[in-house]
Amino acid sequence: MEMSVSGAVPVAPARRIAARFRVSWPGFTLDVDLDLPGRGVTALFGHSGSGKTTLLRCIAGLQRGDEARLAFGDETWEDRRRGVFVPTHRRPIGYVFQEASLFAHLSVADNLAYGQKRVAPAERRVSLAAAVELLGIGPLLGRMPESLSGGERQRVGIARALATSPRLLLMDEPLAALDLKRKGEILPYLERLHDELDIPVLYVSHAPDEVARLADHVVLFDAGRVVAQGGLMETLARLDLPTAFTEDAGVVIEAVVGEHDEAYHLTRLDFPGGHVLVARRPEAPGHRLRFRVHARDVSLATTRIEGSSITNLLPATVREVAAADTPAHVLVRLDAGGTPLVARITRRSCDQLGVAVGRPMWGQIKAVALLG
Amino acid sequence: MIHLDSVDLAAIWLTLKLATVTTALLLAIGTPIAWWLARTRSRLKGPIGAVVALPLVLPPTVLGFYLLVAMGPNGFVGQFTQALGLGTLPFTFAGLVVASVFYSMPFVVQPLQNAFEAIGERPLEAAATLRAGPWDTFFSVVLPLARPGFVTASILGFAHTVGEFGVVLMIGGNIPGKTRVVSVQIYDHVEAMEYAQAHGLAGGMLVFSFLVLLVLYSRKGARAWK
Repeated sequence: MEMSVSGAVPVAPARRIAARFRVSWPGFTLDVDLDLPGRGVTALFGHSGSGKTTLLRCIAGLQRGDEARLAFGDETWEDRRRGVFVPTHRRPIGYVFQEASLFAHLSVADNLAYGQKRVAPAERRVSLAAAVELLGIGPLLGRMPESLSGGERQRVGIARALATSPRLLLMDEPLAALDLKRKGEILPYLERLHDELDIPVLYVSHAPDEVARLADHVVLFDAGRVVAQGGLMETLARLDLPTAFTEDAGVVIEAVVGEHDEAYHLTRLDFPGGHVLVARRPEAPGHRLRFRVHARDVSLATTRIEGSSITNLLPATVREVAAADTPAHVLVRLDAGGTPLVARITRRSCDQLGVAVGRPMWGQIKAVALLG
Repeated sequence: MIHLDSVDLAAIWLTLKLATVTTALLLAIGTPIAWWLARTRSRLKGPIGAVVALPLVLPPTVLGFYLLVAMGPNGFVGQFTQALGLGTLPFTFAGLVVASVFYSMPFVVQPLQNAFEAIGERPLEAAATLRAGPWDTFFSVVLPLARPGFVTASILGFAHTVGEFGVVLMIGGNIPGKTRVVSVQIYDHVEAMEYAQAHGLAGGMLVFSFLVLLVLYSRKGARAWK
């Protein structure tokens, strides 16, 4: 595929995004001071009402803060104290709304061109053709928005944002308004976006699977504040997060398809520290895949158990034991040869097995959730 | 048989001219007012909205009376127009236009305001994220999306101006070819017992008004304008 953004173009050094915002209205305050990587996909993750969409709107200039300071690399976009405010239409951003928000009076092609023709030719790095190809919307160009399905509309919305050659792409729960099937239809396009365009993305979501599948970096929001941020895998493996996040605790592991066992219809996924067997995958060996292991699907044993139907066993060392969401359980973080693992076990089992930091154990993985 | 003489035809021509000029002016003046009313969070929204709507409830004679006083030689508008060397506006076509603009204002502003409000915030935000400045957004997104509102506003503004009587009589009097519009001409015919001629004009107005409303109410996706 020919993309106008390619390896031949010198890659600009990654810019950091420094965002300090305080916005309040009755019953809610967003108060954040963030330094975000200007590369890859950063998920702003939290329950609805936690302030992540408000932050995204502040970054776009659609929402003003009581306190506001925003810098993209060495460019100041907003500084309330110095009276600096770059209006939304002068910020080199792309914005994807929860509902596609296409212009009802314009065809798909004209919707796509709307933003692109307002960008100076010298700054157009993503061609219309490339955006159309990337999102697979070629056959829709002549249609009117009202005749599109929700998933198609959202793909057009994403392509329309991309066609402005944004230097920062802001996505506000782009899949939230879609049913599971439509989500599955769009996710591969979002992955391509990630793999093929060098545009930093801030991605607001409350769906753990979406975040696990797409994000490189994650910022966890709770009640208008940031409770944790960092690389996806390290952050999700942390045990000191608020209960809201530990209920659904687990880790994300990035693996490579090893080999297929045609006789048993299984596929081996390799990662640092071990491998797991899963039901046969369509991907060829060498393909990268992410999967999630929920803490509730990991049990621990002091020895390698023989005579069990659980085939996925990993030797791992206990790194941390912490309280879980109920007094009956604890969360145990382990290191399986470089890959983090979190197990949710009862406090009783923890005591009986003598789980302690530094102790080698066997992690038994009852189920993995493949992403993609 | 419809019988129209040259005075009747002059009245028809004058009425159409008045309605056309008034509608054009109202679209130019009413659009920013409607936009402001649709978007503002100012405390003035209520009072301004009420002033715009006054002609809906006021007897035309009251409106006409105050306009006459204001535009007369001692009124503040009259003093101003005299200072500009334009003389005074009552009993002139220009005076009729000014009066008609006030009289038909709500019929243009309210459909426009409804159309603007129906668009909502989102398309404007989407346009801003696509590099369109406020004016650009207004012309490339708001105007096309509010088109049905503009059609309704134009039709109602035009038709309502064609149908005015009291204000015209107060401001313009009854000068043939200058301020004598169809509604006044009908009144004159009836006064003079010329029922055949009154029928010609009155029937024409009836058909015209019916056709206008027919178009308005039969349009695809037509909403009640108010």
